Amino acid sequence: MADSHVATHSALAHHFDNMEQQREAGSLGMWIFLLTEIMFFGGAFTAYIVYRNTPEVSEAFVLASNTLDVWLGLINTAVLICSSLTMALAVYYAQTETDSKRLQITFMILTVILGLTFLVIKGFEYADKFTHHHIPGKTYSFPAAGVLESKTQIFFTIYFALTGLHALHMIIGIVILLVIIRMAAKKRFSPEWHAPVELFGLYWHFVDIVWIFLFPLLYLLGFHLHGGAH
Amino acid sequence: MIEATEAKLKQVEPRTHYLNANYGIKSWLLTIDHKRIALLYLASITVFFFLGGAFALMIRLELLTPKGDIMTPDAYNKMFTMHGIVMIFFFLIPAIPAVLGNFLLPLMLGAKDLAFPKINLLSWYVYNLGAIFTLYAIIAGGVDTGWTFYTPLSVNSTSQVTPMAVGIFINGFSSILTGLNFIVTIHTMRAPGLTWFRLPLFVWAHYATSLIQILGTPVLAVTIVLLGIERIFGVGIFNASLGGDPVLFQHLFWFYSHPAVYIMILPAMGVISELIAAFSRKKIFGYSFVAFSSLAIAVYGFLVWGHHMFVSSQSVFAGMVFSFLSYFVAIPSAVKVFNWTATLFKGSISWDTPMLYAFGFIGLFIIGGMTGLYLAALGLDVHVHDTYFVVAHFHYIMVGGAVMAYLGGMHYWWPKITGRMYPEGWAKLSALLVFIGFNLTFFPQFLLGYQGMPRRYHEYADHFQVLNVMSTAGASILGVGYVLPMIYFIWSMRYGPIAKANPWPGSGLEWQTSSPPPTENFEETPTVTWDAYEFTKDNSRRYDVVKQGS
Repeated sequence: MADSHVATHSALAHHFDNMEQQREAGSLGMWIFLLTEIMFFGGAFTAYIVYRNTPEVSEAFVLASNTLDVWLGLINTAVLICSSLTMALAVYYAQTETDSKRLQITFMILTVILGLTFLVIKGFEYADKFTHHHIPGKTYSFPAAGVLESKTQIFFTIYFALTGLHALHMIIGIVILLVIIRMAAKKRFSPEWHAPVELFGLYWHFVDIVWIFLFPLLYLLGFHLHGGAH
Repeated sequence: MIEATEAKLKQVEPRTHYLNANYGIKSWLLTIDHKRIALLYLASITVFFFLGGAFALMIRLELLTPKGDIMTPDAYNKMFTMHGIVMIFFFLIPAIPAVLGNFLLPLMLGAKDLAFPKINLLSWYVYNLGAIFTLYAIIAGGVDTGWTFYTPLSVNSTSQVTPMAVGIFINGFSSILTGLNFIVTIHTMRAPGLTWFRLPLFVWAHYATSLIQILGTPVLAVTIVLLGIERIFGVGIFNASLGGDPVLFQHLFWFYSHPAVYIMILPAMGVISELIAAFSRKKIFGYSFVAFSSLAIAVYGFLVWGHHMFVSSQSVFAGMVFSFLSYFVAIPSAVKVFNWTATLFKGSISWDTPMLYAFGFIGLFIIGGMTGLYLAALGLDVHVHDTYFVVAHFHYIMVGGAVMAYLGGMHYWWPKITGRMYPEGWAKLSALLVFIGFNLTFFPQFLLGYQGMPRRYHEYADHFQVLNVMSTAGASILGVGYVLPMIYFIWSMRYGPIAKANPWPGSGLEWQTSSPPPTENFEETPTVTWDAYEFTKDNSRRYDVVKQGS
């Protein structure tokens, strides 16, 4: 649709000189935004690491960690990695010729489905924590002796803070992706201009990477010591 | 004859610039012009400056006598907390980047706008959304924890910590977005010929500042999220009675909040570099040293947070390391001061108001910086920790530094922003009042602190009264010094003499366009062929604009 051979593209904003400059600015902006996200999650990761290395809390962390369902976590990891693949393919087909538009949209829809699958599985995990009174707060209870019980609560607080923030990022991501799918359906993208698809791809991969760190830290570390969930 | 009439007609014909390009409230609230957004910020920030100032005056009024006679201890706690929060998060951090940076960066780079104009507008709305939560927290009863929100007090406090935390969390995004926008703009939108080492030092300073904003602010954000979770659900990450670690909060908090000091002072240093060069008509001595010292300060800023925690139970070894590292910040800071001084040497100095502020800045910054070395010294800090010595030190840096530079910068670029000059006599008077008032307020506090008067107490021993009275007297002079520019700036917007494109001998690109600039900043994208601070005889129209019929 867009006249790709003319120097001034319809998607060129007024304050940029050319598409190249606009593309550079957008992509640098996204990378810097992801840098801020790393620092954001980094603070909570720091809290985790500090407690993990505090002798008494470390023990409580192992106890609490072993109540998580490793298999659900593993499945979710696989689901997310697949969604990263589908998103990468969507970006690939956005870059190639326009007759691959349907493939591009298909892969984006697949990404949405995989993202939702992740959230549903996460929901089951949360529900399990709820029935076992492992949600931090006034009704919290954990079968551990004395001071260890209150220390396990720290694990679950960090668990819910980190996975909750991660899930929030996924929800925001899915909403944005739906908007991008709508734009794609309206044939707004071309091989010359598909910045939203590309930049969103970066965001989605980032959210996946956060989970790649969360899974071993929350589920696997200390797992072998007690030989399995529940 | 005809030529004369034409010239006259041309004079009468109103010129289109960014202020009169379109009218109406909508054209302002929905603008994506960085210059208008800067003015929107100016309005919001000025409100908070005077709000924070009012709290400060209440504090000083209470401390006029040794007995607590105008407010309860609880009200006093809230008063200094609000003063700190409002001044730091809603004035000092955004002031220079959001107002002067927003206005000037694209102009200095020869760009039409910032890289993300809509995100720029968004950041102003985000700032105000945060402001609404903060104002709500203030009206609903205030916060009594001190601006640092130390746990476990902030977890247990019954005051409005939660809405205040939400306000600061939201406001943080405004800071992040501004920093992100600046970095991308500096990287991708420089005019042809404007290489990195031709950039004004103002731009370098903002680049370094933006790095801190994007790396530090998210850490504060997640710290506040964890604090909020703790308050709402009653769980323990930082709360010792639930197994948590309060010192962890301090680590996370200061990891942002120490670099935040450099968010306040680095842009100020950028402004001062511009002022010193312009009013001594000389190239900044050791340009690249000054540029790199900004980056060095940004990097060191992240390595010294532990010097706030010498008495917090962190290990003596950690204290020694942080003490050692803290000295290093003095090196790039001193590099700047020495280079400014060397620039002044044999310069043709003119004593306009911005230069007065620049001189004030250098003097106050030296005092603030040198006392910083006292505080970085592990043993000495244990003696003066949480006394008025600390209060005086950071006010010398943050008020004596950042506010002086902000006011100096506002005077310097005022003709560019509004197209009008301010009344020079009044401006000089205000600069003098600010300088005298500032020193009278805060110098006695060094003495008070050294003698052992603790901060945050609303009553004190009788023998501290003389110095406290001096301090309060100084604060009222300072108040007058701050109100004066407010009045004559507003006056000058309507009645001030029309300003030329380059009323000072400015050498930057921003002076190469008309005052006020057109919406697109330049009639043509300028090509830069000269280095920063290369002064010519009159500096008007450095780049070639004669391109007929294009």
